[in-house]
Amino acid sequence: MKIDRRWIYLAIGIVVFIPMLVYLGFPIRVTKEVRSVYERIDSLPPGTVVMVPMEYDPATMAELQPLAYAVLRHCFSKDLKVITTSLQIEGVTIIKEDLEMIAAEYGKKYGIDYVFLGYKPYPGIVILNMGENFRKPFPRDYYGNELDSLPMMKGVYNYSSCALILNINATSGVDYWINYANGRYKAPLAIGVTGVMVSDYYTFLSSGQIFGLIGGLKGAAEYEKLINHVDLACRAMDVQSIAHSVIVLFIVIGNIAFFATKKRKKSI
Amino acid sequence: MKRELPLMIVLIFGTFMAFQYFVPHRISSDLYQEFNNWTIIIGIFAMVVGIGSLISLHYNRIKFKKPGWGYSTVTIVCLIGMMSIGLIGGTENDLFLKLYRHGLAPVTSTMFSLLAFFIASAAYRAFRARTILATLLLLAAVVVMLGRVPIGEILTGWLPRPLQFSEISNFLLYVPNTAAKRAIFIGVGLGVAAMSLKIILGIERTWLGGEGRK
Repeated sequence: MKIDRRWIYLAIGIVVFIPMLVYLGFPIRVTKEVRSVYERIDSLPPGTVVMVPMEYDPATMAELQPLAYAVLRHCFSKDLKVITTSLQIEGVTIIKEDLEMIAAEYGKKYGIDYVFLGYKPYPGIVILNMGENFRKPFPRDYYGNELDSLPMMKGVYNYSSCALILNINATSGVDYWINYANGRYKAPLAIGVTGVMVSDYYTFLSSGQIFGLIGGLKGAAEYEKLINHVDLACRAMDVQSIAHSVIVLFIVIGNIAFFATKKRKKSI
Repeated sequence: MKRELPLMIVLIFGTFMAFQYFVPHRISSDLYQEFNNWTIIIGIFAMVVGIGSLISLHYNRIKFKKPGWGYSTVTIVCLIGMMSIGLIGGTENDLFLKLYRHGLAPVTSTMFSLLAFFIASAAYRAFRARTILATLLLLAAVVVMLGRVPIGEILTGWLPRPLQFSEISNFLLYVPNTAAKRAIFIGVGLGVAAMSLKIILGIERTWLGGEGRK
């Protein structure tokens, strides 16, 4: 049985569109790899410096932006101090705006509660250099301020000044964070990646190189549930649930048709 | 000399970068920092070469009216336009940000979101239980697809925990997936180490291009 692919496109279009209008609130079970990130951040005392480098662009924004919002909300609600970079050029503007928006929600002040270092080319080299001193690759922040002029950066030199790094990344650049920030500088690292990337990183989770793994929208929805702030990810999980079910339904129909055709051919 | 000099540079710097990791001394660390800075500078030159090559390729397509030359015109206009606006007004200027927000961002988001439709269509056509291996792949795909979303919880939440889709999906990701990935990563790691050694020692010379052939 051959279904014109346009029917499949139409079905997916409909099942993506309708749950966007009505929130169904499907149950979300929190996995241990997401909970470990939440618990680690939650246990930090106010004033602790954490690093949340974010590397996503408009293409992957739908998956990782909800996660960035949830993590930043958690950090700011705990009065943690956040250092952010964006080592992917296409996403710098979005990430700067996301950071400013969530910081404003909690009344946080730039340079005191959070710092945005911005972009520098060649992520591998930048990550290595930050391991020595943030001032090497970023003598100035994104806005052109000298790092030493920012109150938050006093006494903050490199990864060892940060309680943890949570890298939200849609690129293979996440490997540099694992290899260099954790491998070379032993920084406690967790990662948040897109759904298609997540299966690549379970191996680093079980080896202990990363202490947490937040995968795609599902991970973001789990994090939203943990911080008790239902937002984009939880709503999008309804869409993803129904879309996945429809894809499975199409697979089942395809297989039924396949076996029926096979049986008919045999009988002829 | 055209061949020996690059080989010598690779030997010296390759050996240094491999050994400095094990030398916890200030001089070693400072040199390492300096070489990292050089890498960024060399990389920026490579970017200039890349942009030059891109312009030359598309310019020739437009010049000889090759198929798709219209797209090449769009590429060059966008490249030069964005570069000029960014260089003149800075990356925080209004026009540059508007082009980013209302041009680049919707285009790239649209491209990526189209994937959902293609994946759905491809899944329908590709996942057929033709053989035992194909059936295993199909079952794993279905379990992970449903186990990673809340609908899996609704469908199988009433079953004993080890039989729930979310649990089976976690098992597949943690055990068979990790075992296979780790084997691949170790293989790749050893391959990279062997290849690096061959380049440092001058055994592998294809990176030198035509001049590298013995």
